[in-house]
Parts: sequence; C-alpha cells; structure tokens
Amino acid sequence: MKLAYWMYAGPAHIGTLRVASSFKNVHAIMHAPLGDDYFNVMRSMLERERDFTPVTASIVDRHVLARGSQEKVVGNITRKDREERPDLIVLTPTCTSSILQEDLQNFVNRASVTSDSDVILADVNHYRVNELQAADRTLEQVVRYYLDKARRQETLDRSVTDKPSANIIGIFTLGFHNQHDCRELKRLLQDLDIEINQVIPEGGSVQDLRNLPKAWFNLVPYREVGLMTAIYLEKIFGMPYVSTTPMGVVDTAECIRQIQRHVNKLALVSLDRTFNYESYIDQQTKFVSQAAWFSRSIDCQNLTGKKAVVFGDATHAASMTKILAREMGIHVSCAGTYCKHDAEWFKEQVQGFCDEILITDDHTEVGDMIARIEPSAIFGTQMERHIGKRLDIPCGVISSPVHIQNFPLGYRPFLGYEGTNQIADLVYNSFTLGMEDHLLEIFGGHDTKEVITKSLSTDTDLTWNYESQLELNKIPGFVRGKIKRNTEKFARQNGIADITVEVMYAAKEALNA
Amino acid sequence: MSINISETLTFECETGNYHTFCPISCVAWLYQKIEDSFFLVVGTKTCGYFLQNALGVMIFAEPRYAMAELEEGDISAQLNDYQELKRLCLQIKKDRNPSVIIWIGTCTTEIIKMDLEGMAPKLETEIGIPIVVARANGLDYAFTQGEDTVLAAMAHRCPERSLLGDEREETIQDQAMRNLFPLLPLRKGGVNPGPINNLKKHSPLVLFGSLPSTVASQLSLELRRQSIQVSGRLPAQRYTDLPSLGDGVYVCGVNPFLSRTATTLMRRRKCKLIGAPFPIGPDGTRAWIEKICSVFGIETQGLEEREQQMWETLRDYLDLVRGKSVFFMGDNLLEVSLARFLIRCEMIVYEIGIPYLDKRYQAAELLLLQNTCKEMCVPMPRIVEKPDNYNQIQRMRELQPDLAITGMAHANPLEARGINTKWSVEFTFAQIHGFTNARDVLELVTRPLRRNNSLEDLGWTSLIKGEKK
Repeated sequence: MKLAYWMYAGPAHIGTLRVASSFKNVHAIMHAPLGDDYFNVMRSMLERERDFTPVTASIVDRHVLARGSQEKVVGNITRKDREERPDLIVLTPTCTSSILQEDLQNFVNRASVTSDSDVILADVNHYRVNELQAADRTLEQVVRYYLDKARRQETLDRSVTDKPSANIIGIFTLGFHNQHDCRELKRLLQDLDIEINQVIPEGGSVQDLRNLPKAWFNLVPYREVGLMTAIYLEKIFGMPYVSTTPMGVVDTAECIRQIQRHVNKLALVSLDRTFNYESYIDQQTKFVSQAAWFSRSIDCQNLTGKKAVVFGDATHAASMTKILAREMGIHVSCAGTYCKHDAEWFKEQVQGFCDEILITDDHTEVGDMIARIEPSAIFGTQMERHIGKRLDIPCGVISSPVHIQNFPLGYRPFLGYEGTNQIADLVYNSFTLGMEDHLLEIFGGHDTKEVITKSLSTDTDLTWNYESQLELNKIPGFVRGKIKRNTEKFARQNGIADITVEVMYAAKEALNA
Repeated sequence: MSINISETLTFECETGNYHTFCPISCVAWLYQKIEDSFFLVVGTKTCGYFLQNALGVMIFAEPRYAMAELEEGDISAQLNDYQELKRLCLQIKKDRNPSVIIWIGTCTTEIIKMDLEGMAPKLETEIGIPIVVARANGLDYAFTQGEDTVLAAMAHRCPERSLLGDEREETIQDQAMRNLFPLLPLRKGGVNPGPINNLKKHSPLVLFGSLPSTVASQLSLELRRQSIQVSGRLPAQRYTDLPSLGDGVYVCGVNPFLSRTATTLMRRRKCKLIGAPFPIGPDGTRAWIEKICSVFGIETQGLEEREQQMWETLRDYLDLVRGKSVFFMGDNLLEVSLARFLIRCEMIVYEIGIPYLDKRYQAAELLLLQNTCKEMCVPMPRIVEKPDNYNQIQRMRELQPDLAITGMAHANPLEARGINTKWSVEFTFAQIHGFTNARDVLELVTRPLRRNNSLEDLGWTSLIKGEKK
C-alpha cells in the first residue's frame, strides 16, 4: 500500500479509452462498477466535446460479484452494436475486472459472432501499466488487428503513394495541446511537400488503417504514445519512422532533416529526384519563427543564467529542458519526469542540459526539490503550478496532467515553428518580466507597503531591527520572501539572533560566493 | 401534450446504465464538514484518479484525505493488509493527528474481501485513534449514498444518551446558538423568544445529514422559532462532538439519500424517526417543520406567512420558470425533492430519474409530490429508478424539455443539441436547504434559461453537424 494524494499518470483504462474514443465510430465498453465512467466527464468538460463520449460501462454490481457477468457483457456489446453501429467495440478492463479474473476474451469471442462490429479486448493490465503505456499499447493493438485482418482478407495494398507522404501517429483526445500540434504538423508537412496519409488515432477511421503502410514514413511527435505502433510498422512493413519531437527551433530542424533523409531514400528510386529542406529550415528559423530572433534580443538577455526547474512527461520535459538551456541560455537546475518507465531515454536526452535529474511520480518529492532550489520559474504540470503558487514562484504549464485552462480555444501549438513562438511567449511571461525586474531593483520596488508575514520558514526567535526591516521592504515583492529566508538561514547557521542590515549583506555575500 | 392526470405516481426501473459520481466522492464534503477527521480511501489508482479530477483545486489545499493505494502485492495478498494499514495510519497520526480516521472501503476491498471492519477495532486500540469503516463503493451505491454509509457507520460511535449529560449539553448548544445570532430578530413582528427555559420541553431531537454550517444554523433557527431545540447533529462539526443517541431520542433527516443512516438510527440506536419531506424549497421546509412540530405536539406559529413571504421574494425567478418543462436524468437522489419544489414553481416535470428510491424513507416526500401535482393540476411525472442514460436521451429527443438536469458527462453534448442543461452535481454542493436558500435553488435552475435568453437571437442553438440516426 502506498499513501497517495495525487498522481501524474492515470490508471490504465484511461489510456485505452482515450485511444478508443479518439477514433471515429469506435465504442468502448468498460467492465467497471458504477461511477468509473468519469472519463466521460473529463472528455466532455475538458475537451468541451459536443458529442456524447462513445464510452459506456457494463456495470459490475453486487450480482456480478456473486454470479459473474454471465450474459451481461455480451448483452451490452450486442446492444451497443445495434444502437450505434460502430466499426469497432473495445472491451476495456479496469482495476475491478483485473481482480475478478473473468474470462473477458471469451465474452469478446462470443459477442463478435453476433455483432456486425469488430470486437476486441484491450490488452492492458491495471497493475502493470499506467495511462500512457496503456494508450501506446492499445493503439498498437488496434493497428495490428486491422492490418492482420486486411492481410487475411488480402485487401492489404502494399504499394506506397506516388508522392512523399506521412502518417502522424499519437495525436489523441485529452492530450496536451494535441489538436493544435496536429494542425501545426500538418502545415509543416505540407510546406515540405509531403502528403498526410493518415492521422491516428484522432479522427481516424479504423477501416482506413489498412492503408497505413502506403505512407513513406511515420512521424511520432510524442514519446509516450505511438512509438509501439511505429516500431511495429517498421518491423512488419519496413516503414521508417521519425521520433524526434519537433519542439523548439533546434529539434524542429533536426526532425525535418530526419524526414529529409527518409524521404530521399524513396524519392531517389521512385521520383528520380531528392528533396532539400535546408533553405526552408533556414527561412523558417530566421524569419518565420520569432524564437531564434527572440533568443538574440535584449529581453532574452535578461533571462541569462536565471534558474529554472522543469518537470513533466518525458517528451515535454526533455524538449523544454533543451529549449531553455540550449536556445535561451537559461540555467536549468533540475529536469525531471514522472515517466519512470522511460527514465533511461529521458536521462540521455537532458544529459548536459541541467544540473540534476529527478525521476519520480511522487509530487512531494518534486515539491521539496523546487523548495530547495528556489528557481525563478517552474515549467511543469498543474501540480507544479500549485507548488509554485505556494512558494510564490511563477510556473508555465508544459505537460499533462492538465486542467481546463490547458485546453485553450485559441491556436496554441507547442510543436513546429509556431510552437517555438508560443513557447518563447510562455517562457518570457513566466519569468518576471526582465526589464520590470531590473527597474524594480533600481528603484527599490513599488509595493513597499506589503507586510512580510507570508513566509514558509517556521517561526523563529530571530528579530529584525528597524533598519533591516526597512531594507527588506525595499526588496521587490517577488524575491523578498526568498531574501528573508536566506538571511534567516544564514543567521541561524552563524548563531546570530538579531538581524541587522550588515547581516543581510553578509548573507547575500555568503550565498553569492 | 395532453394533460392526463394520473392519480398515482408510476415507478419504473431500467437497466442501471447511467452516469453518476462514485460514492467515495463524499469525502470531498465530509472532510470539510468534520474538522478533526481524516479520510483514508482504501482503493486503487482508479479511485485516486477520480478523486483528483473530480475535486479539482481542493486537491492542492493539503486536504485531510488520502488514498491508501493498493498495489499488486496487496491484491495477491503477498503483503499483510493489517501491517500495511497500520503503517499508513501511523504516518497519518504523525503528520495530522486527527481525532478519527475514516476508512472508505471501495470496490477493490469488497472484491478481495479485505476485512476492514475486523481490522479497525484492533488497529484502533493499537494506535489510539478511533477508526470508522464505511463501505462507500460503486458496486452497491451511487454518489451521495457515500455520505449515507459514512453517517450510518458513525451513528454507532455516538455516545449513549444519559439524562444528566444531555441537560448540560442542551444548555451549551443553546448558548452557542445565541452567540451566533445575537442580532437577528427571531420572529418578525412577534415576541422574541425568551430565555432558554421558555422553550417548550420536548424529547431530544437530532438532525442527521451533513450541511454547510450556515445552513445548519439557519435550520436550527427556523425550528427555534417554533420553540424546538435541536440537541445535536450527525455529523457534528467535530468528531469529538457527536450527539448522544438512545431510546427516546427523535431523529430527522435533512437529505433524501440517508436511508441507511435512518435505518441504523432506528434499529441499532433505538431512536424514533420523524418521517418528513425534506427541507428543500419553501414548501418542503414548511412541511418538514410542520411534521417535526406535530410529532412534538407543538402548534406551528407564523409558518404559513413565512412560506408565503419566501414565495414573494422568488417572484422574478418564478416568472422565468413558469410553464417550462424539466427532465431529471438522475444521479444524486435529491431528484424527488427538487422535482416536487419545481412543480410547485409551476414547472412541468417529465421524468424523475433517480439512482435508488427508498419508498419508506422518502414516503412523506413522495406523498407531498403527489399532492403537489394534484394541486398544481399537472400530470404525475414518471419516476425511473436505475435509469438507462441511452434510453433517456432518446426520450429527451422526443420530449424536447426546456431544461435537463444532468451529470457533466451529458451536459455539453445536450447543449450542443439545443437542450438547456444544469449540472446536477451543483445541487449537491450548493446551499439548497431551508427557506433562506430556496432562491439559490432557483438561481441554479434558471441560470441556463437566463443565459440562453441573452443568446436567443444569435441563431446558433444547435451546434452539431447532421447526426446519424
């Protein structure tokens, strides 16, 4: 047993439901007790979905506990088949069905005889995988199912498209800014003269999955979901894939260069020509994206060496760390992720871009780390935003888990060249505005009326004399708490009970040294 | 629609495929209500994920609840439940030092048959903190019934009534009330109630059901106006202040979902249950007070005027709702009382969906509903127990109600189809009891109507692309 207040990644079935409900005309049936269909609320509220979420529950109640589901699951599947005529029904196990150990595969087999829809059982174990792993797995399972089916029916067309084309794999519902990222990626590929073969699972049709191998290559923008599918397609069909996340100026360029390599391999053979995207990269970097220019501008200069902490899923935390360190000259004190299953990859990515690496899914550990480091800004999830609120440190949200405000109506991609602009804004707005900071320091702050009662440090017997209080009040509000804590820490370490202006300066010097 | 007034209410039961909150959500309001408690939900990641998302920002406020997250080792009994729970409870004791730890049993603990009730007394003596066990799981209960299981478990912990102790307690309670409302005139134009001994002597009355403390005080005040003294509440503000119960104590529920608690109080604690409609809406509040007074043989004073006064203040809202139709999809068991109030507001209720209906515990409320329908000359609504959301949506397509009271899973999709909705969950968290809060109920009910009045002429009520049949 584990005492837990908060978790970063949800339970496995959420991942399966996210994939299933992203496809068009796919219905998921959860084998779950009453109240476990909270996913529908999240999708309806966070994504502001206009349509009914295609997820229902085959309710596990007291009777099921006593006698087993018997006809119930099969009945619910055939009923849904009649009512909604979906292409595919995904029977989704939950933590409850994991322990009941009913033979769900048997129900699936029976139901698929009577229903027109395809029926599969999501192959996820609640106690072994989390939301993201389950999503990855389910997507691969669905793709594999339809490709196998096409192969059996000999409807599989193994020729590739005439022009260069790509599949985008891993865009799905409740993903962090996924809709915007998808639009941006489509635009990027269009600019590169590459057709979009399919986007899965969001808005995709399972009947079209058999055409996946027609693309020249696969693009997997997010580390967490889609990689399994891409690897499967590579193994079976020899389809290459690009898994570099096009987030930030440098990695977007890197991603495009990889695309170029894959495209040229085929283009040389079938089109008798090659593509060169270098001038496009150059043009976009220098003049379309503002991020490269921003990093040279005076504004960004003021961010040099400021301390930041990054935490989130593997994709976003790694990319963000690289952007901050490599593209903006910000000092990343700690980079971390809750994707423990992908720790090795993460460490390799951020190696050399940060002082320390934190791999944990315990938010208190993250909180303690932030309190210890006292960065000028945090880039993390909603949890870090709240930690930041408590410590009076600004936070930019860069990764799930998220709240409704992370589903903006406006266009806010994180990927591609427009993404670099959005990230630059986010970073710049998160740090206290450079010039404002500077001016406040010169003029001793403008909110000197504020009393210094808000503090995280425990009550002490330290007394601040009149002058030192006055001095403290001159310090701009947003760093005052930190200076106060540091001074008191210093005083305590040196056995000083009365804090004078001299002690304050001594503390400052001691810390700068 | 033809007005065909049926004489009796019709009850139906569907498949139970409906959306509601898991009953463990009761920790959200109970931990705030019982100030010195700590709620430990013994369950899986699924339970945790629900709580975390359903409770939103509360989760960041260092709440006094946590998950004891079961891992694979717990399920396969490689770990010793007792030792594990002991470890966690000791940690809770160290960090928070609560007066009571409430274990919330979940589906998982049911299925693996974890003997929480057996372990609690042992652990209780070992660590020196009372441990109350409530099985608020989705296998057996829906949403607000979670509170019912907690209160039923807590009823066993109330001290036994001893005459001497109670006299003192009453005085203290009363003094506390007077301190709270020193400036309020207690009766309009009438005589102020005199000192405590002017209150009629009656058997002790304990109200059960958690209410925000202001609402609780308002209800006590209403009863005091009829010289009735509330001697205790279940739950009390603090666990250490639980009311004493026993033979001769009268109990009355304030919420419609407390049937287990009522049963426990009657059967196990020998209390006498006052079966009344619930104090929701001015009509409900009046009927509730009248019933309590009649049990104690007290004639009510000025109650009719008080009710009338309330209706007067609601006039602007009543003009908005008059003649409009409502469809309750059903998820929190407040539906019958709310429907009864809305019918009195001259609305037409097509359907009352409800997760579970205890016809005995809700008998007085059902009777009031029936009488209200007759009086207002509207057809009796159909009451659908364990509804089927899919079927309900088909029915709504036919009926096109002016307002659907529904869970959040369906609200946005229905709005996109041009049907006004109000989230049912809000009725659980808003202050809806007593005369004073009748306005709040209508504020909630009319909000979608008022909002949509201002958007009416924009021509975008239906916002979906052609739907397939």
